[in-house]
Amino acid sequence: MPDNLENGLFVFVLATFVGFEVIRRVSPLLHTPLMSLTNAISAISIVGAMVLAGSNRGPLATVLGTVAVASAMANVLGGFVITDRMLKMFKPRTSLAETRKP
Amino acid sequence: MISLGYLAASTLFILALKWLSHPTTARRGVKAGELGMLIAIVATLAKAEIINYQWIAVGFVVGAVIGLPLAILMPMTAVPQRTALSHAMGALAAALVGTAEFYENGTHLSAFSMTALTFEVLLGFLTVTGSLMAFGKLQDLLPGRPIIFRGQNLVNGALFAAAAGTAVYLVVQPGATALFPVLIGLSLLFGVLLIIPIGGGDMPTVISLLNSYAGLSAAAMGFVLNNKLLIIAGALDGSSGFILSVIMCKAMNRSFTNVLFGGFGQVKMASSGEIEERSVRRASPEEAAAILEMARSVVIVPGYGMAVAQAQHRVRDLYDGLMRRGVDVKFAIHPVAGRMPGHMNVLLAEADIPYDRLVEMDDINPEFPQVDVVLVVGANDVTNPAARTDPSSPIYGMPILDVDKAATVMVIKRGMAPGFAGVENELYFMDKTTMLFGDAKAFVGDLVKELSGIAAVA
Repeated sequence: MPDNLENGLFVFVLATFVGFEVIRRVSPLLHTPLMSLTNAISAISIVGAMVLAGSNRGPLATVLGTVAVASAMANVLGGFVITDRMLKMFKPRTSLAETRKP
Repeated sequence: MISLGYLAASTLFILALKWLSHPTTARRGVKAGELGMLIAIVATLAKAEIINYQWIAVGFVVGAVIGLPLAILMPMTAVPQRTALSHAMGALAAALVGTAEFYENGTHLSAFSMTALTFEVLLGFLTVTGSLMAFGKLQDLLPGRPIIFRGQNLVNGALFAAAAGTAVYLVVQPGATALFPVLIGLSLLFGVLLIIPIGGGDMPTVISLLNSYAGLSAAAMGFVLNNKLLIIAGALDGSSGFILSVIMCKAMNRSFTNVLFGGFGQVKMASSGEIEERSVRRASPEEAAAILEMARSVVIVPGYGMAVAQAQHRVRDLYDGLMRRGVDVKFAIHPVAGRMPGHMNVLLAEADIPYDRLVEMDDINPEFPQVDVVLVVGANDVTNPAARTDPSSPIYGMPILDVDKAATVMVIKRGMAPGFAGVENELYFMDKTTMLFGDAKAFVGDLVKELSGIAAVA
């Protein structure tokens, strides 16, 4: 088994376990923001897309790379912005009472 | 140096998810995620391979133009649609990178990298069309009910086998470039056929599953490009989507296979052909308001119907009115209420209802016997006691909200049509149940008006 493959599999398995442990603890209250946040994080594929779009490897790579950068970027920005928009709305009772006082 | 940046980004992503576990730290989590993404992008720009920034800039701008309005202008009721759409875009990015990688380096890739690449492309393109179908159903562009034809599972199985077979052949014979478009075509088609037989009420599971696929596709890309950041972020996303879909399946007492291939939620009109006229008790807004006003504790059960009627702000007014009168009001949230995990919580939070009033199923169920009045707004199957008592019911065994144990139940509903599962709800025919027929938004508005009327008299 080549080294980088072995490393990759180790990283994948460990990261999956970390993911399970961390995400299991997320309150059901926040499952929608959780999904939009992980969605934004999965747009990390922008990293591969940028290399493709910017390394002058020929027209096919550039075109596909640019489209991929655009759709990943839409995901990154959109995902983070809407997650924050949602989380801003979650308020406990105490702070709400304060803000409602005339 | 670039690796260090990627390491920092990976750490920040894990912290982001960790902080998201509680509402008080959740926004810090988003900040951590943003910072991680920024570091990852800047570190990538510093890579020696990147010599031309022009097209990257174009991609950034186009992406911002598409993504930002979607995020800023989208109403909260449309969050499931937006999520489906952005799953499609994320998966498209991964699939296109895989495609380009194949045509550029296909013949130099090791068998293992090639396997990862076919995974990336298969999962990527399948998620693109699958998410678009889910989007279509959520946006009502496609019929929400399952689209079913004879031999569907056979066709799907054959299609998947063909796609997998093509993928294996490409791993063995990377030179067979002519087969690559076949793989793309089969994946796209499979994505469509996989989602169309799934009904609207199963969307929480489907959307979680597509979330997982998009993540796994990104992780596969990490294997192809030998990039650990991609592997980590993809694995986090993959496990998150997987956990959510398992939670959703459990909340419906159904298996993955049943959700994906069961064609659940077909309108079972054939079996309930002879609808017997059963009488229900009904009440006007005035009577209902009087009952609510007399109660000491009220539990509101919101469902997808509340989202459709956009009634969440009226519900908040009702909550305010009752709380001001000293009535204890809580909300009971079933895990699969709505069209994506946590959908109801977001809507109620949008309407400024404090999150400590939103109670999960397992915590509220023991309280129902002490509750005076339950008000069901646009929920149906999740309140059906047949799930506990009738082994012949299709929803038997599904965990439900035990609203029938409360002293009085009131149900706001347009008519007597069955819910998503196509079964009659026994709850409606109980002696303690009163049906309030009408549009959820209008009816709750009337309730609020009646309540303030009572205040004027008193």
